[in-house]
Amino acid sequence: MADIAFLLLIFFLAATTMDSDTGLMRQLPAIPDPNVPQDVNKINDRNILEVKVNKDNLLLVEGQLTEFDQLREIAHNFILNPNDEPSMPEREVVYLPFFGNVAVTKAVISLQNDIGTKYGVYLAVQNELIAARAKLRDDVARQEFGIPYDRLDEDRKSAVDDYYKVPISEAEPKRIGD
Amino acid sequence: MARFVKTGKKTIKAISTSSLPDIVFMILFFFMAVTTMRETDIMVTVRIPEATEGKVLEKKSLASFIYIGEPLESFQALYGKEPKIQLNDSFKELADIQDFIAQEREQLNEADKAKMLVVLKIDRDTKMGIVTDVKQALRRASALKIMYANTNVDKITSF
Repeated sequence: MADIAFLLLIFFLAATTMDSDTGLMRQLPAIPDPNVPQDVNKINDRNILEVKVNKDNLLLVEGQLTEFDQLREIAHNFILNPNDEPSMPEREVVYLPFFGNVAVTKAVISLQNDIGTKYGVYLAVQNELIAARAKLRDDVARQEFGIPYDRLDEDRKSAVDDYYKVPISEAEPKRIGD
Repeated sequence: MARFVKTGKKTIKAISTSSLPDIVFMILFFFMAVTTMRETDIMVTVRIPEATEGKVLEKKSLASFIYIGEPLESFQALYGKEPKIQLNDSFKELADIQDFIAQEREQLNEADKAKMLVVLKIDRDTKMGIVTDVKQALRRASALKIMYANTNVDKITSF
């Protein structure tokens, strides 16, 4: 009996892996249909945080050379716009379930990379941007419902998601100097 | 002269092994519960980058995997050192991605087709050129839900 059990055990040890996969979930934009006229409403410049990474893995945020460590804070400040500065994103009053009528930010983050950018750097930048947004969502969840974002139910989660929508768009690939 | 006097029995009783199968079965069930089947042999070097915001992949059955990285040393004579795309068990070209996605989608049942997820396991030193090409190919194949595989850490120390 023990021999058979050992045999099975060794089979499972050899044929299986322990690690679970983790990763950053992203949604790619659909390929635009050439027959459908494109939305001409351009997003106001003040609402876009432009993040570029070049082939030397240097970071350019809104035209400023930036250290990687500062990115999360810059993104946080940009989305929050605490002092209602005219150069930072505007707000729009919308109705959200659980919140009622609230002023939500219209901020958008645009991420551009060069074909020579290292994937590790690109992912780290994405991670920082997602982290900044997740922090704000968590804050509002704690404030409004008293519990962290991770423990909210689906309806409340999607309401909080709408509160800080902040799409992180991956621009159409472009060569920016190689 | 003193003499050693034998007192009582000398032999020690062997430990009973009757519970051994139970113990081994317990370990076996533990491994059956916490592990998952190895699906493909990875033929490229993939050092997954670090991130802090990674989410656990919950439904592995919905996921298809694309590996990108330098071929392993044993394949380098044949395929060179440039990063290659691995789908299932072989090296493939960009043009094959569309077929691969169609094939993977075919294997899912009707209700799950919309939830299909593509997991990109990419070496951290890969240049974005090939990654962007793969992303564009995925867009054309309308596999829009993707996941960049990473290892979760508390703070990113290297990229």
